[in-house]
Amino acid sequence: MKRLLIALMTTAAALSMAVTAEAQEKLKACWVYVGPIGDFGYSYQHDQGRLEVEKELGDKVETAYLENISEGPDAERAFERLAREGCKVIFGTSFGFMDSELKVAKKFPDIKFEHATGYKTLDNLGVYNARFYEGRYVMGQIAAKMSKKGVAGYIVSFPIPEVVMGINAFLLGAQSINPDFKLKIVWVNSWFDPGKEADAAKALFDQGADIITQHTDSTAALQVAEERGLLGFGQSSDMIKFAPKAQLTSNTDNWGPYYVGRLKAVLDGTWKSDNVWLGIKDDAVKLAPFTNMPDDVKKMAEDTEKKIAGGWNPFTGPIAKQDGTPWLKDGEVADDGTLLGMNFYVKGVDDKLPQ
Amino acid sequence: MDITVNILLTIATAATPLLVAAIGELVVERSGVLNLGVEGMMIMGAVAGFGAGYLTGSPWLGLLAAIVVGALFSLLFAFMTLTLATNQVATGLSLTLLGLGVSGMLGTGFVGLPGQRLPNLYIPVLSDLPVVGKLLFGQDPVFYISILLTLGVAWFLFRTRTGLTLRSIGDSHGSAHALGIHVIRYRYLAVLFGGGCAGLAGGQLSLVYTPQWVENMSAGRGWIALALVVFASWRPLRALAGAYIFGLIWIGQLHVQAIDLQQFTGAPWLLYKTIELLKSLPSQYLAMLPYLATVVVLVLISRNKRLTMMNTPASLGQPFVPDR
Repeated sequence: MKRLLIALMTTAAALSMAVTAEAQEKLKACWVYVGPIGDFGYSYQHDQGRLEVEKELGDKVETAYLENISEGPDAERAFERLAREGCKVIFGTSFGFMDSELKVAKKFPDIKFEHATGYKTLDNLGVYNARFYEGRYVMGQIAAKMSKKGVAGYIVSFPIPEVVMGINAFLLGAQSINPDFKLKIVWVNSWFDPGKEADAAKALFDQGADIITQHTDSTAALQVAEERGLLGFGQSSDMIKFAPKAQLTSNTDNWGPYYVGRLKAVLDGTWKSDNVWLGIKDDAVKLAPFTNMPDDVKKMAEDTEKKIAGGWNPFTGPIAKQDGTPWLKDGEVADDGTLLGMNFYVKGVDDKLPQ
Repeated sequence: MDITVNILLTIATAATPLLVAAIGELVVERSGVLNLGVEGMMIMGAVAGFGAGYLTGSPWLGLLAAIVVGALFSLLFAFMTLTLATNQVATGLSLTLLGLGVSGMLGTGFVGLPGQRLPNLYIPVLSDLPVVGKLLFGQDPVFYISILLTLGVAWFLFRTRTGLTLRSIGDSHGSAHALGIHVIRYRYLAVLFGGGCAGLAGGQLSLVYTPQWVENMSAGRGWIALALVVFASWRPLRALAGAYIFGLIWIGQLHVQAIDLQQFTGAPWLLYKTIELLKSLPSQYLAMLPYLATVVVLVLISRNKRLTMMNTPASLGQPFVPDR
């Protein structure tokens, strides 16, 4: 009897030890990036978020990532591989991963998936995005104040809603200060080609712009501004080191707080699939320090930033479309659906939207 | 006038890396070796150039490092294809993949750091002359190297005995071998030269064009250089023409997008209509133009079939194993 009791007790002890070992096992969180983490732009910022997770949650989590994963069939393999390697949460960070991630998420219902900038959800697949246009509105206002000629150059990649939204927000910001403000747009048909971005910046300056902004990923355009003694804005990352005399501010992505929050939710069991679009008020879009501008412009920028953080939407009427037809009535606010599918310019853009 | 000078300067900067890499590859192919690893050697040169420039503080040492690393990296290709007689196409492709990967790894620590820029040439008085001053006496050093390199290679290939020997190896390595020419040694040197040039082109990217390091920053320029060699029918001066036509249209299409049509209201009818037409084209077509125009022009230049056949290295891409 006594022997049986001891045996039972040891089994119980062993079991409870096994249970604690289980509880102490780290939560494995994994990321899939579309570009190299060395792009100092979009993928780099996502990876900074991952590093923040490591710092904040320490030994409760273990992280892993796959970089340079092209959108398409390759992506599906990448997600599947991470799922099989024991990742419990997987973040896919590019719009084009949407269908691959959806497929894999259906196959692994016990694993939690999150997809950046997409719109398809499942019980175990949530989506998240950032309102970059909020930062661009502030940048437009700064540009209108700082430009001597009233002309800004805008280097863009592909005509997707995200990019069109940015152009519109920038111009609306500029028009709120100077109704005659002009925007010159150059499409480079690439997210990432530093040489071409630099060439585009030079062309825009030669054609009369004196301030530059871009929706491409490298620091090249800003460096050209610095060389020519003109002004510009950074993109995705704070690029002040590349252009200490030229950068006015930078529209930076700050994913860290979101990632930390979501993983905390997984750890305490409150994670639920949802669909969030974060902005300045959530600290997901962050403007780098306002530099190279007089105090009154800085003050104005900070005020607008506060106004947006307070819930005001830059896409608030009255706003007309490019051809002059009314889009939003006075005081009307654009709904998220229209913004996410934006395929038209607002009034004042001097460019034909490539289809 | 200022704007014309600026545009010409921009074109030169865009054309230089293509020209340098193409001239290097031209010599390699004239010796009968096809090295598809230009992109890989270029990106290795870019990371080495940035790294050495950043660590030593001297962009000149950076440029030197770019050349040396490009050449060393091509040695790998030379050993595989020349000593081990592996397939040149497969080896070249893997050299590109390897270069892109290794450069990314080596460059991790350099991401997000501002780099060194090679200073432009400055000769008192001459560089200050209007228009020609900036164009002829005020550009970056790699521009001058690229022009000298082109002229030097043209002279070497067609005016020297060694150049003739190199071409004969490219045309028939068997015959050259039978004549007692050391085929493998010549080819080793040609591949090393090509690697050095590709490295230099990469150095231009990270030390002149856009002084920074980011992964994949060569963005396909090695492949354009490769294509230039073929369309230039292996002639250095045509490669020069090709690189500059490409640069002209490449920069031109960006200007077309940014230009105000109203500026041209008083201009000749034809000019006005051309710009109006170009501006109405979707940007995707404009982006295609440099490739299209370069191919068309170079095909027109080389439309003499017999001459083109004569210029094509007959042993291109065939492995050579000395049998005795």
